[in-house]
Amino acid sequence: MLDPFVIGGITLSSRLFIGTGKYSRNTLIPEVVASSGSQVITVALRRIDPESRDNIVSHIPPHMTLLPNTSGARTAEEAVRIARLARAAGLGNWVKIEVINDQKYLLPDNLETIRATEILAAEGFVVLPYMSPDLSAAIRMKEAGAAAVMPLGSPIGSNRGLRTKELLRILISEVELPVIVDAGIGRPSEAAEAMELGASAVLLNTAIATARDPLLMAEAFREAVSSGRKAYLAGLGPVEETAVASSPLTGFLK
Amino acid sequence: MNLIINGKALEIAEDCRTVADLLSRPEWSGRLVIVERNGEIVNREHYGETSFCEGDRLELVHFVGGG
Repeated sequence: MLDPFVIGGITLSSRLFIGTGKYSRNTLIPEVVASSGSQVITVALRRIDPESRDNIVSHIPPHMTLLPNTSGARTAEEAVRIARLARAAGLGNWVKIEVINDQKYLLPDNLETIRATEILAAEGFVVLPYMSPDLSAAIRMKEAGAAAVMPLGSPIGSNRGLRTKELLRILISEVELPVIVDAGIGRPSEAAEAMELGASAVLLNTAIATARDPLLMAEAFREAVSSGRKAYLAGLGPVEETAVASSPLTGFLK
Repeated sequence: MNLIINGKALEIAEDCRTVADLLSRPEWSGRLVIVERNGEIVNREHYGETSFCEGDRLELVHFVGGG
């Protein structure tokens, strides 16, 4: 049992947030929820396609906290519009702000994200901004009323891991808000590493959804996040330049 | 009556008078639909009493898979 994570007025026992994109079939989603132990799940908002009968909400177990994202937004105003539409669905007031103007790396626009955070937090949303790990931007997001900051480990869907590790470490140490590492985590060991660094949670989608066996991978991430959190709470031992003997240094039979 | 639904001009039947009527049509039903009418969100509780005017612009959106 992990120590609870309190955010947005609720208490979570899982520190693994998952997504609903890219699954080979959406009927896998409830099984992935069960295997991952996750309690928070992201969705996107789009125009209805009358040709498709797809209804993602029907695959999400009712105990989950829904975290709609503002994907597709290029400005703060567009993100605000999407967030308000998402809240009108009547499934809660959480929002992952995602404002992106870079189509190659999908890196977030921190300035627009800060503006959207300010507007939506004032309207009572639980605001989780996806961001580039920049200390001054993270502090502005806190001042704007964010419930957490969600810096990227590497570009969305890239499975490249924690390429921003030094900056994540600084954010975790300096920003008085939960840090949730979002995007880029490809392996359970990387999720564990983010948790060892002191991240409050991790959010990932691609790594599970595109695995050969998504259910087994969901379980692997569940265990990795749990292990990483326990290691953080236990306190990692010091790193030394040279050997420090674990056995007595006296000779044998001396 | 002619409406613009999700950016496309569509003619709707005379007996389709309210948002609730429209959402009961097979192409839109069976989902959790969020409606924006001329840029304003329509409260779900008001679907039954929200009627249309010629040329209204409607956005019908819903949740899809995403990360």
